Amino acid sequence: MDAHKETFREEAYELLAELERSLLELEDNPDDMEQVGRVFRAMHTIKGSGAMFGFEDIASFTHNVETVFDQVRSGKIPVTRELVNLTLSARDHIKDLLDASATGNTVDKANASHIISSLNRLLTGVDEADASAEMQDIQLPSKTQATYRVQFKPHPELFMNGTNPLLLLNELRDLGECTVTAHTENIPVLEDLNPEALYIFWDVVLTTDKGMNAIKDVFIFVEDDADIIIDVLMEEDLYGGMDQPQPRLGEILVQHGAISDQALAKALSSQMRIGEILIKEKVTTRTAVAAALSEQSQIKKRIEQRSESTQTSSVRVPAEKLDQLVDLVGELVTVQARLSQKAAKQGDPDLVAIAEDVESLTGGLRDNAMSIRMLQIGTTFASFKRLVRDLSNELGKNIELTTAGGETELDKTVIDQLKDPLVHIIRNAVDHGIETPKERREAGKEEAGTIHLSAEHSGAHVLVRIKDDGKGLDPVVIRRKAVEKGIIPSDAELDENGIQNLLFAPGFSTAEKITDVSGRGVGMDVVKRSIESLRGSIDLSSVKGDGTTITLKLPLTLAIIDGLLVQIGEGYFVLPLSSVEECVELTGEQHKSRKNGNILNIRGDIVPYVRLRDEYDIQENTPDLEHVVIMETYGKRVGFVVDRVIGGHQTVIKNMGSTFKDARDISGATILGDGTVALIIDVNKIVDLR
Amino acid sequence: MENMNMESTGQFLTFVLDEEVYALDIRQVREVLDLTTITKVPRMPDFMRGVINLRGGVVPVVDLRLKFGLPATEKTVDTCIIIIESILDGDATLIGALADSVQEVMDLDQDQIKAPPKIGTRLKTEFIRGMGKKNDRFIIILDIDKVFTSYELSQVLDKDGVGDCFEDQGQRA
Repeated sequence: MDAHKETFREEAYELLAELERSLLELEDNPDDMEQVGRVFRAMHTIKGSGAMFGFEDIASFTHNVETVFDQVRSGKIPVTRELVNLTLSARDHIKDLLDASATGNTVDKANASHIISSLNRLLTGVDEADASAEMQDIQLPSKTQATYRVQFKPHPELFMNGTNPLLLLNELRDLGECTVTAHTENIPVLEDLNPEALYIFWDVVLTTDKGMNAIKDVFIFVEDDADIIIDVLMEEDLYGGMDQPQPRLGEILVQHGAISDQALAKALSSQMRIGEILIKEKVTTRTAVAAALSEQSQIKKRIEQRSESTQTSSVRVPAEKLDQLVDLVGELVTVQARLSQKAAKQGDPDLVAIAEDVESLTGGLRDNAMSIRMLQIGTTFASFKRLVRDLSNELGKNIELTTAGGETELDKTVIDQLKDPLVHIIRNAVDHGIETPKERREAGKEEAGTIHLSAEHSGAHVLVRIKDDGKGLDPVVIRRKAVEKGIIPSDAELDENGIQNLLFAPGFSTAEKITDVSGRGVGMDVVKRSIESLRGSIDLSSVKGDGTTITLKLPLTLAIIDGLLVQIGEGYFVLPLSSVEECVELTGEQHKSRKNGNILNIRGDIVPYVRLRDEYDIQENTPDLEHVVIMETYGKRVGFVVDRVIGGHQTVIKNMGSTFKDARDISGATILGDGTVALIIDVNKIVDLR
Repeated sequence: MENMNMESTGQFLTFVLDEEVYALDIRQVREVLDLTTITKVPRMPDFMRGVINLRGGVVPVVDLRLKFGLPATEKTVDTCIIIIESILDGDATLIGALADSVQEVMDLDQDQIKAPPKIGTRLKTEFIRGMGKKNDRFIIILDIDKVFTSYELSQVLDKDGVGDCFEDQGQRA
């Protein structure tokens, strides 16, 4: 029973998240009846399954909200801001009830009765008996969708009585998903053309849940001036299965009366595509085929959509099981590397072939296991809508949150750990970034500010951008603050970038006054640290008066990275390939000739370098020719000197555990094909440590 | 003697470090490996010899001789790595310990184990769970969790302790 309750709770949390999304959507588009329906259904499900699993308090509370939305659905209560606010707080209360059922805490009853009484106020004026009658309707919703073929062949004199056929077609489009094909083959040559006659006729494929009569209603005034044939192509019961096979082009043409059965059979015996054959055989015209094709594609689309909706039914798996799977796959990748190495050494062609098969299978398995752990970032984005809405109300600002790239996928761990930093950045943007409507008017901007959240892929990384059109950062103010707080000396020389990066210094907060929303001085440095712990980086750019953009660069996954394998002395090290720019040689004389500092000249650019041998105190046999791997750290190029560059390496990251927590520039270890351990170097930390 | 309260199987793995016999509770010993390639981790104290690959996992290796202030372990045919399950920061962690040689698994009854002497051992007494006596030899039973948790080498060494006080201590016991 407890397992059922747990499932209910999980599902209820999901429904609540959906509810919130729908409500916010509804606030923007109060007429969107689809969202109203969604809210109603979510409430209805929570109520129903809540009662089933013994969450009576949730069920009875939700019942009140459901009742109100039932009235909204039937159009008796309009969607107002007040309604959305109330429903949102009702949603929060349901969440509290859910939380409480897990922890055993008590919930503020007064809040509940306040919400219920406010909701009931909205209900007054609506007849009770009427409401229960409506309930009957909802129990039996008419949900049958069907795809119809409408052949609309107006008589040439249709224009004479002032009918515009295009309006009729538009009316059809309003009924549902609709494909219209115009037949132009009856249009005569120009000299025979009567400008007042209508030569065109149409085939329309329409998918709607409104029923045959609704379609007939569209043509009610032209019934006598046109040949109208309406056929049901496919009926689908949203709750049941669908067994009609996908119709073939030829069959459709026969049904249309465009070709005969014999012509079809003859054409089918040939090898060409049926549409082309039919045209070639002159049994039909190109437009007739086009109409049939569009009909076929719409039906196909419907079938695909239906199978999608059944196939996307997902399986719930505990996150730990996924972690285990990824661990195992990681081990398999390591073992496979050993196998490949051994096979290559032995040179037995059979063994090599097997090793190659194992390699490609392991690769596939790895990608698959990783993709299972991938989640779309959109859900995280959606949860910020509420945050921005509530915060901006609280601060008396008018802020809209727009998002893009919500379908971008990231590792679950990354997404989980990304949430807090993002909350912080968005709070900052709402509080410090966007000005009050008054300030914005004075600055000549629109009253409503925008915060734009976006995500996109960039190689092995995902870029998450938080962009606001607020007042931006004032370098002078930042500098003054930093000097005041003793972060930099008053005579420090910093470029604009350097000044903006001061924001990430510990103990820095620019807010003139400390507010509840943000600005307790534990700010961006914490954000920076948590992003770095995800092997990511953070970048900030701002134009005073125009806004601020914060870009987070995050790895796609935490478990496996592309690395560059290098050797220093006896030891192997892995550098993250994503930040490697190039490799150059460093001769002994070059190194010795530099008296002051390690500087390289790379095609005219001055690039400082770090000799990892010196850094790690490795003395054994220095080679004559060392190599420099030029890497990007903090947007600057730094060279790292190694003995030998071996090449790219799929690096399965192994945690080194707490024993090595002091080795901060070693971010992990990996196991090479021959079983030796290579250490993964965090180049940013080396630069930090110096 | 608090440490002795926990139920013991009475079985101990004995090993040698610089001709001295030490023992570990068998329940903490996962396995014993031959010496393999150890990858040095930069910037770590000398007694952290590095990491090894234990069937796909990365396990740190501590040179107990260096940790106890003895000269570093020399590689011989007998040198081995004892994989120990230890509790570090509340988490069960695998750690390898280098030993000159591993001897045997021996049974010691409770009455064969005495409290560690207050003075006279090379190690601080808090790292010793007790002194076992078998065939007139004394065996130092280590509290390995405490050895690994104490980070600094200096904490392990008892500055006043002198190795050759052992025998007197033993005879008194």
